[in-house]
Amino acid sequence: MSAHAQVHAVEDHHDDDHGHHHKETFVTKYIFSQDHKMISKQYLITGLFMGTIGILMSLLFRLQLAWPDHKFTIFEIFLGKWAPEGVMDPSIYLALVTIHGTIMVFFVLTAGLSGTFSNLLIPLQIGARDMASGFLNMVSYWLFFLSSVVMLFSLFVEAGPASAGWTIYPPLSALPQAIPGSGAGMTLWLTSIAIFIASSLLGSLNYIVTVINLRTKGMSMTRLPLTIWAFFVTAIIGVVSFPVLFSAALMLIMDRSFGTSFFLSDIYIAGEVLHHQGGSPVLFEHLFWFLGHPEVYIVILPAMGIVSEVMATNSRKPIFGYRAMVASILAIAFLSTIVWGHHMFISGMNPFLGSVFTFTTLLIAIPSAVKAFNWITTLWKGNLQMNTAMLFSIAFVSTFITGGLTGIILGDSALDINVHDTYFVVAHFHLVMGISALYGLLAGVYHWFPKMFQGRMMNKKLGYIHFWVTAIGAYGIFFPMHFVGMAGLPRRYYTNTNFPYFDDLADINVVMTIFAIITISVQVIFLYNFFHSIFYGKKGPKNPWNSTTLEWTAEMKHIHGNWDGPIPHVYRWSYDYSKLNKDETDYVIPGQDFIPQNVPLQDNEDEMDH
Amino acid sequence: MTAFLVILVIILFGISVWQMNRIFQLAKVKPSTHSEIASDKDNNTQGYLMMGFLAFMYILTIVTFWLWGDVLLPDSGSEHGVKIDNLMLISMIVIFFVGILTQWLLHYFAFVYRGNKNKRATFYADNDKLEFIWTIIPVIVLAGLIIYGLFTWTDIMNVDKDDDPLIVELYAQQFNWKARYGGNDNTLGEANVRLIEGVNQLGVDPADPNGQDDKIVTELHLPVGRKVLFKMRSQDVLHSAYMPHFRAQMNCVPGMITQFAFTPVVTTEEMRQNDKIVEKVAKINAIRTEKSKALTAAGEEPLDTYVFDYILLCNKICGVSHYNMQMKIVVESEEDYKAWLAEQPTLAEQLSK
Repeated sequence: MSAHAQVHAVEDHHDDDHGHHHKETFVTKYIFSQDHKMISKQYLITGLFMGTIGILMSLLFRLQLAWPDHKFTIFEIFLGKWAPEGVMDPSIYLALVTIHGTIMVFFVLTAGLSGTFSNLLIPLQIGARDMASGFLNMVSYWLFFLSSVVMLFSLFVEAGPASAGWTIYPPLSALPQAIPGSGAGMTLWLTSIAIFIASSLLGSLNYIVTVINLRTKGMSMTRLPLTIWAFFVTAIIGVVSFPVLFSAALMLIMDRSFGTSFFLSDIYIAGEVLHHQGGSPVLFEHLFWFLGHPEVYIVILPAMGIVSEVMATNSRKPIFGYRAMVASILAIAFLSTIVWGHHMFISGMNPFLGSVFTFTTLLIAIPSAVKAFNWITTLWKGNLQMNTAMLFSIAFVSTFITGGLTGIILGDSALDINVHDTYFVVAHFHLVMGISALYGLLAGVYHWFPKMFQGRMMNKKLGYIHFWVTAIGAYGIFFPMHFVGMAGLPRRYYTNTNFPYFDDLADINVVMTIFAIITISVQVIFLYNFFHSIFYGKKGPKNPWNSTTLEWTAEMKHIHGNWDGPIPHVYRWSYDYSKLNKDETDYVIPGQDFIPQNVPLQDNEDEMDH
Repeated sequence: MTAFLVILVIILFGISVWQMNRIFQLAKVKPSTHSEIASDKDNNTQGYLMMGFLAFMYILTIVTFWLWGDVLLPDSGSEHGVKIDNLMLISMIVIFFVGILTQWLLHYFAFVYRGNKNKRATFYADNDKLEFIWTIIPVIVLAGLIIYGLFTWTDIMNVDKDDDPLIVELYAQQFNWKARYGGNDNTLGEANVRLIEGVNQLGVDPADPNGQDDKIVTELHLPVGRKVLFKMRSQDVLHSAYMPHFRAQMNCVPGMITQFAFTPVVTTEEMRQNDKIVEKVAKINAIRTEKSKALTAAGEEPLDTYVFDYILLCNKICGVSHYNMQMKIVVESEEDYKAWLAEQPTLAEQLSK
């Protein structure tokens, strides 16, 4: 069956659909909405809420790390019985780092980033009226909401929330005797993540189907904006790898509650031998990282897509090497599923496997390098419009390079021996995936805010302040952290005062914490700007950034179905910025340096095959 | 020092906010386009700020190395560690070279090509030759690093039984370490957690003749210059035996025996004389004296003076006291080691008590 006929069929169907809107109530419009634009806003605001909690947790443990002997009233206020007289309990420290990691990786950078922008942009940029299944999309969000609620609820259980690290390696996570957080807290953690995976899978399947089936006439795969390529491939990785985490979580639940021994063997704890025999904690590590590593690409690919799009638009230039960008997304996606073992070089697995994983891991540096060089070349000879989104995109490339380069050390099994699980790793992944992905998220928010909130724009000056303080602060926190790691300090230490050898690291910890306080404080400006602009932001033009992609041709006012009239057809790729006419006297459209995708090929331009 | 840094950071922050405020004030002219879209004035200031940011990054790098270059680990105390350090140095040179270059290009382009109404961007969509170049260069550089890395890795992880290594078991439990020596026969007795009983805390099989002369200790002593093969066990959760000064680490996994081998080549005494360690210990003791003053003023015990020792740390989250799971390692001459070991009771002696 030809894709062509299918597109027509879909289109006709939508044309029928158009015109007789259902009467919407408050509940169907704002709560159980099936409209992708509303769902995207729900994802974003839930993600920002979770992000606020996750980041505030990091503030608490940064204070503890910088001044371990000090008593903080703020600990008593937030942690209650876990911080008697302002002294943080070691177990709540572990709980804080665990939940901080979980929230930031899954709830903010997976759901908040991919969920928000896949939902907003896939239908709008491919020219579809909505997702393939609005209902599944709604279910996906509400499962995400439910898993967030369960995760937050777990913070309040008697024995404390899960505290075995976000990687929840058994036996620590399986045995309440080993750590109090592995009781009800861990049960809720596993429940929450299981629901989260269901949500993620429903979302991903929907994105895949939508991209494959609902592209408007003329929107071939090679004309897709890079955002869509990134979301599409991200969804595929999610579908491939999340079920593996689900099975790992399920097996862990069985080990915990039903006496199986998938991951447990030969354990003597709290004065008795457990009956478990024959399981292997290393098996769990394999299963966990089979998701866990693709997960970091699930986090970073959407950010890469957003950055490519924002950068091209604001450089007023095509993205450099479109095909190479697509190829590198595909290469990264493929390689991401065969590199998980680099988290396990010293886990006790066969050293030969370590060699194999070193090889595949360093291979992934090649498509990453291609991307970085292509972004830099996109800036070259551009006419850069320094909007806040553009600044965050440039900063993304900067942190991605800095963080990515240290990956060369960690991916090398021989070098990993001595920096594994030290602060060097913490610095590496915070820069390359934490900060970079957050920059991608923020770039996306600043760039598509007018699309999300019916033409209102965020305040530019507050945006600039937010950007510069964040950019300086992020390096201020994580650059010095490499030194702490290379000094040999393990991560997840409540305090290092028990090792006089590390006493000289106190200064660095203080500096990092001060930068953290400044950086976290400035996010308040962002939140103010965000929520204030929703209601009072100045309305901008329909296509504020002079962008070529289809979403800016859709109605400013949100209507169900996106376009009031027929769906626009596409005649060109999405990067015709500053294209000159045949005589090279002026732009193809005189006086306008961009050609929207729905503008047919003009007589005075050369058709290019990209 | 800390106070100085705090004040310095706050002052610099204050200045940057003030400066930025000034820039925004200056930039306040009536906009020709929508006020929330970057104007040429904005492009200009932000472009200059990009160069400022590049300077910030370079200065940050220099200042951190100047301030904290001395916290890094000293020269390796083990034989293979020298190779790791060498590979690390090469990787670092590559990283810094690439990092400095690409960051410069990125921010310099952001500055030079800052937008202007009168300028026109160049429509430049593709260049296969360029892309081939920056695909092939990383391929070559990485191939070199991979090959060097893999040789080093294989060399470290493959233990040659002909070396006749000293066999030592590292036994991890929440939250302490124990070491078991194979005794005169240099062979460990079979052990399993199911055999843990009374003083037999490591669950060594009492019926195994190899286990009778095993010696269990809480401080690790190693003879200098002899290869040591560590056999690691854990009785409860995952732990990781991390010996940063020897560039050595391996997880301890309940239900299986993992291993790691290295040859210590610098004794504890020699390491204490190492210039970097002397300097570091002096710095640490200065900090501790300072802290002790505050402590005695508050009527508490002052801190001990610090003397360098090799340490074994737990480097895999293992529970509430993970942050304090350590064991002292002493590297000494063969004679001192033998004398020390002779004083330790054998398992048979312990069990018969």
